[in-house]
Amino acid sequence: MSNYDLKDKVALVTGASRGIGRQIAIHLAQCGAKVIVNYCGSKEAADEVVDTIKAGGGTAESMQCDVSDFVQTQNMTEKITEKYGKVDILVNNAGVTRDNLMIKMSEDDFDLVVTTNLKGAFNTIRHLYRNFIKLKSGKIINISSVSGVMGNAGQANYSASKAGVIGLTKSLARELASRNICVNAIAPGFVETDMTNRLPQSTQESARNMIPLKKFGKPEDIAEMVAFLASEKADYITGQVICVDGGMSI
Amino acid sequence: MLEKIAQIIEEKLGLDGVEITAETRFKEDLNADSLDLFDLVMEFEDEFGTEIPSEDLEGITTVGALLDYIEKKAG
Repeated sequence: MSNYDLKDKVALVTGASRGIGRQIAIHLAQCGAKVIVNYCGSKEAADEVVDTIKAGGGTAESMQCDVSDFVQTQNMTEKITEKYGKVDILVNNAGVTRDNLMIKMSEDDFDLVVTTNLKGAFNTIRHLYRNFIKLKSGKIINISSVSGVMGNAGQANYSASKAGVIGLTKSLARELASRNICVNAIAPGFVETDMTNRLPQSTQESARNMIPLKKFGKPEDIAEMVAFLASEKADYITGQVICVDGGMSI
Repeated sequence: MLEKIAQIIEEKLGLDGVEITAETRFKEDLNADSLDLFDLVMEFEDEFGTEIPSEDLEGITTVGALLDYIEKKAG
């Protein structure tokens, strides 16, 4: 169980059917939040997350939406605010990779990654802006990446999108500070998920060697930081990029 | 109508004893930033049941201009 009290809070977690997002959804629900488990294509996986949350006594609902689509995102946020009355916690987690050396990177691979990872965050925030202004409180947590902080060969698109998320976070933190809305980014390092499991064994091994703590993180490590930032214990933190990466970005 | 608007502005911006007329400028006279204006507009939307798109905010600098805009919209 968690130390953070998120009772009566409504949380939207994008890309929550798998990996880090899945764990964030489960963790926030354990803290008492009502969680909307957003997914793009993996309905079964999203429903499994909802079932897991409900089995633990929590409240959750899955909702399909491609967050890279402005209008779809508007429809989803309207549906949520109509049903739940508000969104207190927004976690922009949905993300994709299309790794390649720049010379071999197609325009589509660049566009897809930036549109999902960066514009997706813009879309959800844009459509929940009024909601947050009305609440005069709230937490926006954007999942960036160590790749966006340090850069990473073969990830020009991903890295650019995640660095973009950091700029978005800092600007918005300044913009919304007077309304008591905190906006932060988390930059995970290598975390054991489908996304990193897909990497060749040799890449995983060399990655491990770059991490001072010499091990990959777990989705729980990221989810714990999200729960903290979403809670009132973190009310004085805004505009920050918190690296949960085993020391990789030191 | 002006009275109602003035009352909402006073409440929202936490003003006390400031005379609000049609000529009152949001930025210069009331020290309201663009987010304050946005906040006010949302309140007016609820109060008068009309939608005010963010793009239309640009030209509205005085209380009178806002009054005209809302009246036209509601008209």
